[in-house]
Amino acid sequence: MDWEVVIGLETHAQLATRSKIFSGAATAFGATPNAQACAVDLALPGVLPVMNRTAVEYAIRFGLAAEGVIAKRSIFARKNYFYPDLPKGYQISQYEIPVVSGGQIVVELEGLEIPVRLTRAHLEEDAGKSLHEDFHGLSGIDLNRAGTPLLEIVSEPDMRSAAEAVAYARALHRLVTWIGICDGNMQEGSFRCDANVSVRPKGQQAYGTRCEIKNLNSFRFMEKAIEFEIRRQIGLIESGGNVVQETRLYDPDRDETRSMRSKEDAQDYRYFPDPDLLPLCIDVAWIERVRNALPELPDAMRRRFVSDFGLSSYDASVLTASFDQAQYFQALMHFVQGEAKLCANWVSGELSAALHRDGLEIRHSRITPQQLGGLLRRIQDGTLSGKMAREIFDALWSDGGEADTLIESKGLKQISDVSTLEKIVEALMAAHPGQVAEYRAGKEKVFGFFVGHAMKACGGRANPAQLNAILKNRLAGK
Amino acid sequence: MALTETDLRRLARLARIRVEDAEVGTLVTQLSGILGLIDQLQAVDTHGIEPLSHALDLEQRLRPDEVTEVDRREQFQAVAPQVEAGLYLVPKVIE
Repeated sequence: MDWEVVIGLETHAQLATRSKIFSGAATAFGATPNAQACAVDLALPGVLPVMNRTAVEYAIRFGLAAEGVIAKRSIFARKNYFYPDLPKGYQISQYEIPVVSGGQIVVELEGLEIPVRLTRAHLEEDAGKSLHEDFHGLSGIDLNRAGTPLLEIVSEPDMRSAAEAVAYARALHRLVTWIGICDGNMQEGSFRCDANVSVRPKGQQAYGTRCEIKNLNSFRFMEKAIEFEIRRQIGLIESGGNVVQETRLYDPDRDETRSMRSKEDAQDYRYFPDPDLLPLCIDVAWIERVRNALPELPDAMRRRFVSDFGLSSYDASVLTASFDQAQYFQALMHFVQGEAKLCANWVSGELSAALHRDGLEIRHSRITPQQLGGLLRRIQDGTLSGKMAREIFDALWSDGGEADTLIESKGLKQISDVSTLEKIVEALMAAHPGQVAEYRAGKEKVFGFFVGHAMKACGGRANPAQLNAILKNRLAGK
Repeated sequence: MALTETDLRRLARLARIRVEDAEVGTLVTQLSGILGLIDQLQAVDTHGIEPLSHALDLEQRLRPDEVTEVDRREQFQAVAPQVEAGLYLVPKVIE
């Protein structure tokens, strides 16, 4: 039977605020356990939550960037469950009226643009962390993360393959980091995805029973976990079984998902409006201020790179993969005008490779756009060949400096002067009459011999295109 | 709406409240009585009335995003039953 896969994603994006959503404790990652857990985060008696304005502003920013609707009035609810890393016995979240409704993320996959609809995005607080090792049969609780602001972004079940789900997650990740509301660090848990996966016979309207997979903390694991889950569900149904609705955990070591909670413990969160928090009111003026401060968004920038710079859609996509990379490219274009393709190639080629090799983010690049621009201008005007430019690039990368100074000191100026190259070629032909005769007799392989010797004669600095043209002409007897 | 014994035991488990077998009967009657009052409320026609999310007709106050709390872990942990390496220790919560 042919099966159709149906996937929806729930993503928790940690908002990049300095303080927590309902308290003035710090949110910095990696602090000593419980050093950033204040009385509100610990749920000591008598404390009250006070809402962080920036967390709300980030939610508005996301809602506008994703073309959703910002609720003028939204309310907070208590989601009740018991776990030691949740000291209040409930998580403050939004239930009936979220801050953002609707919206969409346009996902690019294999040259196609697939719109994925969003159901909602709501504000909530994170829980603490439980550590289960090394405490002589007890669990250790670190509440530093308790109260960290999260935006939970829920998609519609619009994705039809693991690849689409991953492409959506990547596009969402790019958007939240692009607009500066989340640092996107998946290792530190700043961007966490849960996937709801089900299968149904092709053509069937009703959805199959879904399972929720948790713990997808990298794009690679997400794809593998969903692939596994699809195979598991299809195998189960085809062998006469039924999929049971449950939460499953992905185990990357064994590349499988397994059941997390027993059915007996079926959750009932008994949501109700939190009497500690008044309705959150967002006026039109605030929304407009946020809208006016939004940066150009990735899709718009990608289209502009195609229309204004004549880049291919592929190049434009690569360059707009992150806000910082797009900024770098634009700064570089400022120094090397009219050479978009050259700039694109160097940013996504040499520069990316060097950054990757040294494990650096582009905003910490060892070569500034101005330095790289100085180098590319010398390719543009024919001073440097691609090979020489790479040599200068490596020198700039390791020792800094300016391209022009390095070209001078290394004696790397490319020889593009026709008369100089002609002299070299003529001398070479005079010295090797035998090879000239062979070439003229139709043995074209000998051409390589002349290129090699000519390059050697000028220390590898000949402009290759020009040298080839001159050699072809002269050898042909013109 | 009448509550069954099964409902009551399930609610008690969700709320982590221990209910002795001897109490179940009384509690079912008492809670069903409260639910009866809710049925009365439900009977009121609220068509066209906006749901009330808070008894006060006020808006949520917002504070600036500033770190105002200092580390007071020593004080907080002085009253905790068991701590180690800065962590609060609790009975193991994973099988």
